[in-house]
Amino acid sequence: MTTEEIIQPQNKVYSRPRLLDERDTHYCPGCSHGVVHKIIAELLDEMGLENKTVGVAPVGCAVFAYNYIDVDWVEAAHGRAPAVATAASRLNPQNLVFTYQGDGDLAAIGTAETIHAANRGENIAMIFINNGIYGMTGGQMAPTTLLGMKTATTPYGRTAELNGYPLPISNILATLDGTCYVTRQAVHTPAAVRKTKAAIKKAFENALAKRGTSVVEVVSTCNSGWKLSPAKSNEWMVEHMFEKYPLGDLKTPSEEPKN
Amino acid sequence: MAKVHGAVVIDGKRCKGCDLCVVACPTDVLLLQPKEVNDRGYHYAYAANPDKCIGCAACATVCPDACIEVYRVVERPA
Repeated sequence: MTTEEIIQPQNKVYSRPRLLDERDTHYCPGCSHGVVHKIIAELLDEMGLENKTVGVAPVGCAVFAYNYIDVDWVEAAHGRAPAVATAASRLNPQNLVFTYQGDGDLAAIGTAETIHAANRGENIAMIFINNGIYGMTGGQMAPTTLLGMKTATTPYGRTAELNGYPLPISNILATLDGTCYVTRQAVHTPAAVRKTKAAIKKAFENALAKRGTSVVEVVSTCNSGWKLSPAKSNEWMVEHMFEKYPLGDLKTPSEEPKN
Repeated sequence: MAKVHGAVVIDGKRCKGCDLCVVACPTDVLLLQPKEVNDRGYHYAYAANPDKCIGCAACATVCPDACIEVYRVVERPA
């Protein structure tokens, strides 16, 4: 069988998601953001939510998320995405509202908004990209940076005495009554990508069914910030990040709607 | 036994040469261009061993720039 015979429209099993914009992303080669964007675009298309979705973009590398996924977006001030999402979901409860935030946005400047939105049990889905570093501003230490990890502001490695301990914010959110689903996933292998897709789908379903706040943490790489190649970053993530941020469900939803 | 044929079409202009598809491929189909670069200076991925492709879409699943299309044909014995 020749390649021309295989490459026919009826044999297509995978192509660029329809809701992903044609323009190229500004992300570095191998950045996990691209994979998560792709998953969201696929899911919104598959679930038929194109016209009833409001995304809330953060400040950080994903600040231009609204340029890449072809649904309605609101750009929030740094860390305030859960507060903006609260308004968006309360004013139009029929819509799916999700936030897309990095660790600097969700776990540092936006800790108060994140915790209180989750504690109120707002019917939103939070997608949390945790790569343990401030990628956009040049690789400074984030609250989620691992002990011993070298960054621009911790050139000798993070120490507990000077910088405190890495913040497992998803574990904190899982203890709140308002959250219904908290999970930690990754996108380093095809199998992990499929699991993350299933997790984000569940989070979107929870938001639509008014079950409370869902949090999907995606342990990610920042190969530019970590000063490694994309493939090496994935290896480093498996070796080091998963020890502090083990994958799996931290809290699973009950079937009853909360309000 | 059914025989599976696959093929990939890579958008070389969009590819950033991150190498993740090459690592993800279970049958060593893909490689990065050793010398050639695209408009932005990246060594883009290409199908070096297209006959080995089984159309599993592992490469396309991990591609952060969504520049891989995958086709698959399952040939069943008559």
